[in-house]
Amino acid sequence: MIGVEAGGTYTKVAAFGGVYSNHLALGAAIDDALSRGAEAAICLGDLGAFGPNPDKVFPLLREHGVSVVRGNYDDSIARGLEDCQCGYTDPRDNHYARLSYQYTFQNTSPKNRSWMATFPEEIRFRMGALDVLACHGSPRQTNEFLWDSATPTHFLDKLAQDFDTDVIVGTHTGVHWMRRWGDHRAYVNVGALGRPANDGRTDVWYAMLEVVDGDLAVDFVPIGYDHAALAIEMRDEELPEEFVETILTGWWTTCLEILPGKERAAGRF
Amino acid sequence: MGIQLPQATPPNSTPAPSADVEEAPTVELRALDQLWFQVSGTVCNLRCNHCFISCSPENHSFWFMSRDEVRASLDASVRLGVKEYYFTGGEPFMNRDMLGILEDALALGPVTVLTNATLLPQRTVDALAVLAAASPYTLEMRVSIDGVTAEMNDAIRGDGSFDRAIGAVGRLAAAGFLPIITTMQTWSEVETDGILAAFWDVLGKVGYDRPRLKILPPLRIGAEASRDRGYDEFERVTHDMMAEYPAELLLCSSARLVTASGMWACPILLDYESGRLAHTLEEAAARPAVLAEQACYTCWVNGAICSNMPGFAADPA
Ligand code: SF4
Ligand code: SF4
Ligand SMILES: [Fe+2]
Repeated sequence: MIGVEAGGTYTKVAAFGGVYSNHLALGAAIDDALSRGAEAAICLGDLGAFGPNPDKVFPLLREHGVSVVRGNYDDSIARGLEDCQCGYTDPRDNHYARLSYQYTFQNTSPKNRSWMATFPEEIRFRMGALDVLACHGSPRQTNEFLWDSATPTHFLDKLAQDFDTDVIVGTHTGVHWMRRWGDHRAYVNVGALGRPANDGRTDVWYAMLEVVDGDLAVDFVPIGYDHAALAIEMRDEELPEEFVETILTGWWTTCLEILPGKERAAGRF
Repeated sequence: MGIQLPQATPPNSTPAPSADVEEAPTVELRALDQLWFQVSGTVCNLRCNHCFISCSPENHSFWFMSRDEVRASLDASVRLGVKEYYFTGGEPFMNRDMLGILEDALALGPVTVLTNATLLPQRTVDALAVLAAASPYTLEMRVSIDGVTAEMNDAIRGDGSFDRAIGAVGRLAAAGFLPIITTMQTWSEVETDGILAAFWDVLGKVGYDRPRLKILPPLRIGAEASRDRGYDEFERVTHDMMAEYPAELLLCSSARLVTASGMWACPILLDYESGRLAHTLEEAAARPAVLAEQACYTCWVNGAICSNMPGFAADPA
């Protein structure tokens, strides 16, 4: 497997979303992508946050040559900003966001921080004849949330036109979904490897993009991994028990303020 | 229900005169992310004493929008790539076409209704639940409650409004909604935990057990401050003040308001001629907002505080 390069043309690409320091899930996802014959891989950013021992993520990415788009978290950690730029206003959400940001910042080595500073804001490549723009939040803003229930198709179409692309691939919300419109246009939110999709299962998700008969086929892949081991590691690192609960139950317990009503109602909290 | 802002102008008094519109700084629209509809004009069943546009049953300065009028702007919004729709008033559910209007909007994108929740009997809640379930997009009910007791709330919003709103919140929750309860912080920071607990308690009693509570921070200039100071020295936004200012913090950089009488730069300037931009949405999107009013100064100090969640419009990053 190689990293997706700007300007490259591919037929089968594994697209990973936010890793949030979940190195166990990242390892399992890379193995899965290799076994499915992915020719290239890309990660859409937010390597740290939430999980334990952020430095464990980097060797996996380097070893497999996964290219990385800069997420808001990576930007904050690389530049040493005060917070993660998720924009929480709820005091409880803010409390947890701050805890995980400080933990991640303190436990990311200077070497990895400087590597993060080199991540590009977007990577454009081709899947067959289709132009693909890979970004973190949206093509216009790294920390823009695009949720299924809050993103009109005409809005996506404007983004695709403004940024002159057929397909937009992003992450940032943590819930995978996709929309197709027009002849070949599509938006794909690849979900996140870092934590479950707030659906009551412990699996995490990535997206396999493949050119099939000249069009883009998208397969959302659930990844089962040793989440119990991750929970133990999180407790060893004294991360909040609320975070551990999410890993063990598949339900989000914090940072819920950003969810639209429809997505929030589908979860437990 | 309109947006309530503790305003620099005392309620129900003549607004301060506009600055010279020619001289005032302007803000271009970056992208039309939020399209607001003054769907019930200035007509409201309540007469809250902090309503920044003094809505009431008798205030007919802006009239109801018809379903066709709304649909014309919705069509235009598709061409402009709008991200979300907001319906405000007055009280939106005073508009007899409201359910049809919501059906049209929900076919296109996510919708937030700002309501006082005093006109939501079971049959309306049931109809809303049907609309919400039929749409791929979210329908957010944003309910303003000004206090955790009837005494606190009704002193501002009128007798009986607390019980009626809380009752409707219970019906909405039972129908699967997670209404956003907004309340203006009128207490000191140390009391916040107690107030939040009291909200959880009162909402839990009507069956809303995971409330989305949004405390609007106290604005950094308030009615009291400017009342003392009088009108001849009130603040304005100047060109110098805009020089280094991130204009994306202002709602007018990403929103427009549609009314039965034309297009405005933002919902806050409804009472001001300088806020009026054009007849059609396309024209209004092409024209910059004019920051000639004292209300603009309040925005300048506080940033966008009207949207639901962190996002493009409200995010400084
Ligand atoms: S409920 Fe009516 S009177 Fe009260 S703030 Fe809203 S629009 Fe104004
Ligand atoms: S009131 Fe605020 S949002 Fe409206 S035009 Fe003035 S600065 Fe812009
Ligand atoms: Fe992110």
